[in-house]
Amino acid sequence: MSTVIVKYNAGNIQSVLYALERIGQQAVVTDDPGQIRGADKVIFPGVGEASTAMEYLKGRGLDVLLRELKQPVLGICLGMQLMCSYSEENDTTCLGIFEEKVKKFAGLGENGEKLKVPQIGWNNIYDLKTPLLEGLPENSFCYFVHGYYADLGKHTIATTRYGQPYSSGLHRDNFYGVQFHPEKSATVGERILKNFLENV
Amino acid sequence: MLTKRIIPCLDIKDGRTVKGVNFENIRDAGDPVELGALYAQQGADELVFLDITATNEKRKTLRELVNRIAHHINIPFTVGGGISSVEDVSLLLQNGADKISVNTSAYRRPELVGELAKEFGSQCVVLAIDTRQEEDGEWYVYLNGGRVRTDTRCVDWARQAVDLGAGEILLTSMNHDGTKKGFAMDITRTLAESLPVPIIASGGGGTMPHFVNILGEGKADAALAASIFHFKEISIPELKGYLQDQHIAVRI
Repeated sequence: MSTVIVKYNAGNIQSVLYALERIGQQAVVTDDPGQIRGADKVIFPGVGEASTAMEYLKGRGLDVLLRELKQPVLGICLGMQLMCSYSEENDTTCLGIFEEKVKKFAGLGENGEKLKVPQIGWNNIYDLKTPLLEGLPENSFCYFVHGYYADLGKHTIATTRYGQPYSSGLHRDNFYGVQFHPEKSATVGERILKNFLENV
Repeated sequence: MLTKRIIPCLDIKDGRTVKGVNFENIRDAGDPVELGALYAQQGADELVFLDITATNEKRKTLRELVNRIAHHINIPFTVGGGISSVEDVSLLLQNGADKISVNTSAYRRPELVGELAKEFGSQCVVLAIDTRQEEDGEWYVYLNGGRVRTDTRCVDWARQAVDLGAGEILLTSMNHDGTKKGFAMDITRTLAESLPVPIIASGGGGTMPHFVNILGEGKADAALAASIFHFKEISIPELKGYLQDQHIAVRI
């Protein structure tokens, strides 16, 4: 089986590769369209800013390529947000794979409590669906770092609460996305990466 | 819900974990990679590696060590010590660090904070502040591992750095560090309530109730400690169990 990690100008892509190595899996980090198209599994990671990342992807035709992929694709953090329809971060039109929209955390929760933005740390995921999250107990803890969140919607497969509930996982057809960092989420994250490579 | 973080800190000198008392008297505490992996397995939420020789001897943080850590550890980790440019950070991130912390170099050239935030995002820029409360009651910023005093108030520098793009503050009280008499409650709470970014409290954690105090009443988002973990005075599972019993939200 071949796995590629999409290389682009968004953050620490290396750590996803190391996480796969820790669970005994190989992957190639590349932005080569042929290699991405030909892979069995595609991981689309990312930490950074949405509009700069989208411009970069468009400049290399990776936006069209990603949308057309037929094999399982896993977006992580910014990768998942870019797979949504739109992000409030610099008013960015995204890939539109998921219809859900990405909004900025307001800094106030629904009960008026003050929230630090970005959210940094471990939070739980619940209402878990799909083989990607198989074997995980409800309320498993994952590591999050983000200032923007995807709304709840029909593609939601995991929910997290920070001020209000939002989508910490999304799924449509062959496309999966998680807001947290499975590569940094201890054994829970390792199980999710394993599920993606073996069950999806 | 978002939980409070427990962060073991590994001070590194010549590739070994060390711990000083009040920034002095360094003792050996083992192999950093082994120790880090053990903490991760025990439920540490994050790790901080500080190369304490770096600023003094102008030595770059050991990139190979960072790479080795990244290959063995499945939780986030921060690397600090002697970082003074975008290039330094780029190399550390390429080797697998999730965040970096800057201290003296950022104070000497505050634009560094903005440059790093712009290049890598605020989420990866931790501003470390060593601070001491003096007889006038004010908390002042200290540099170079606590050896150089400045006239800048801790609150002013923290605010400026956050405005420039720092994503977290790692606050070490020199009055409390190494004493095991509890964290600095007032300055931690002041920063936690006035700044929009997480505050990691450091210095003075000696008993489990100290952690309850700083994460509860002290409003810290995370608590960092070194020797109590290294010398097995308190284990992480035991600490987290205690925090949960005391109604502090933690990941178990």
